[in-house]
Amino acid sequence: MKRLLYELSESWKIALAQMQANKTRSMLTALGVIIGIVAVTLMGTAITGIQSGFDKSMSIIGEDVLYVEQFPWARVPDWWNYRARKKIKTEYAETLNRMIAASPNSNLLIAVPTSNILRNVKYADSQVSNIIVLGTTVDFPLVSTVDTTEGRFYNEMEAKSGANVCLIGYDVADALFPSGSPIDKFVQINGNPFKVIGVGARQGSFLGLFSLDSIVTVPLVAFERYFSAKTDTDIRVKVKDKNQLEDAKDELTGLMRRVRALAPEKKNDFNINEQQAFKSTLDPVKNSIAIAGLFITGLSLFVGAIGIMNITFVSVKERTKEIGTRKALGARRRTILLQFLIESTALCVLGGVIGLTFSYLVCFGLGFALPSFPIQFSFGLVVISMIVSVMTGLISGFAPAWSASRLDPVTALRYE
Amino acid sequence: MTPGDTIRPPGPIVIDIENITKHYVMGEETVHALRGVTLRIHRNEYLAIMGPSGSGKSTLMNMLGCLDTPSSGRYEFNGKDVSAMDDDELAAIRNREIGFVFQTFNLLPRSTSLRNVELPLIYAGIDPVTREEMAAQALHDVGLGERMQHKPNELSGGQRQRVAIARALVNNPSIILADEPTGNLDSKTGEEIMALLETLYQAGNTIILVTHEAAIAAHARRTVFLRDGLVESDRTAALVPTESLAVP
Repeated sequence: MKRLLYELSESWKIALAQMQANKTRSMLTALGVIIGIVAVTLMGTAITGIQSGFDKSMSIIGEDVLYVEQFPWARVPDWWNYRARKKIKTEYAETLNRMIAASPNSNLLIAVPTSNILRNVKYADSQVSNIIVLGTTVDFPLVSTVDTTEGRFYNEMEAKSGANVCLIGYDVADALFPSGSPIDKFVQINGNPFKVIGVGARQGSFLGLFSLDSIVTVPLVAFERYFSAKTDTDIRVKVKDKNQLEDAKDELTGLMRRVRALAPEKKNDFNINEQQAFKSTLDPVKNSIAIAGLFITGLSLFVGAIGIMNITFVSVKERTKEIGTRKALGARRRTILLQFLIESTALCVLGGVIGLTFSYLVCFGLGFALPSFPIQFSFGLVVISMIVSVMTGLISGFAPAWSASRLDPVTALRYE
Repeated sequence: MTPGDTIRPPGPIVIDIENITKHYVMGEETVHALRGVTLRIHRNEYLAIMGPSGSGKSTLMNMLGCLDTPSSGRYEFNGKDVSAMDDDELAAIRNREIGFVFQTFNLLPRSTSLRNVELPLIYAGIDPVTREEMAAQALHDVGLGERMQHKPNELSGGQRQRVAIARALVNNPSIILADEPTGNLDSKTGEEIMALLETLYQAGNTIILVTHEAAIAAHARRTVFLRDGLVESDRTAALVPTESLAVP
């Protein structure tokens, strides 16, 4: 055991001396690994970035919220059957809330209606097109994340009376009010003036999903006053305990069937959607992006590994006589094997460290220049890429190290 | 110097070889390098193995040095049968029992004298502090106490061979096996190295010299002459008649 330790420390010294003696060669070989590690870690940061963007979008949907809608979120082959369904009406929310209030053991907490339509929003000379105008009640913050950077959400008074007030998303504010605060300014939605009372916090817009950044939220009463045709309505229902989502879903289905007055033999003519359904459609996409990305960048690391293997073979060949001498002096097979494994690993670790540093700088720079770019550098990534570097060194060094350890001492000593 | 005047009494048997053969297959042909050599070497001997090229002396040296195993025959080293040992067992024997001195010195070019001499001790699993003490002592013994931090390219040929001898000595081996130790040195330096080996012999070491030079072999107390893979003559404590040396 002690001997192994001495042999290891000796091998490290040799490896370092070897790198110093062949600086150019070592750097060029390490460059292959550097490029590989940079590619893999940048891909890794992008994947974690995508994941966290995805999680953020998911949190906007809310994991304890059920969505009563005409269509399911998952893709369906017979969409025409769904199109024929009756539209969801905002009044259902009131009915549902009454039913929830009537049953004390309900798994449901509250139903909130939302209605939306695409409209242009103007302020002075600037205009943003196709903005989602969302009409909802004062309870909306219960079923969705509503953070404001400035101002506030509308209060009950404004909601009930249908005041012309609105909360604008971060991007809308950015586009219409590049300088100065939008609060108390009047924007024109489809020609109707609405007073800005709040600006949403930046949510990020990864994949353009559920971002509230380009949404204008107005009281439902006001919404229905101006927009009636071609609106999309859904009812969002918050559940009491997210661990009993299935029970809540069953309960809500029952309530909705009562609302729709469906006879027992009739099929449901609505859908109850939740985050999970969405995840199960998007997860495969996200995973295949990750796998394909890692595979492609992994190839560049593989090329780097071949470089290491090649240079270790050269090193073994060059030092055949030295190997012979070491064997004559009592080096065992294991000793020689370890020595060359450590040399190849040292090169890979060197490449890994430089590559990681470079990746970190790139991430830092990107995060600075393009804050919305989905990239995230993590400690786990450092650990993983160091493990990958070491593994690369061990794997690529194994064949040459093995051949060195098997050299016949007589032949090796005679080698010139 | 006149060998024979100071023969040290032989100790117990170190190397006991009986009827060993070695053949190599080179393509279609089988080369019989050793055809049945029997040899017994005692502790405290100073032995020279001589012979022309192709006589099998290199092969015999590889056998004696446990670098290779015989095709047939028996080889006991300090009573242990080494003819059937595997690579790692042989490595252990080489490490503990044999000190090699090569014609081309075989020092590690980028390591200091001290580190070169330490090498066998690393493989023996000796701790760094003891290692350095032992290596320094060995270098001191060969007269290189002042050159411990020099690298091989900062040393003369004779000094390099002294480092190699220190490396051979450092593990206190049963035999020192020197293969043409003066082959790469001028004759004056060569004589110095031979004088060093003589000192080591007088200090109680067992030395086996492999050479084709009669003048070098003359330093030994016993000379084994090989020809065509067989022992032609084995003489103790006598001058080798120069006319019997067929140097190609």
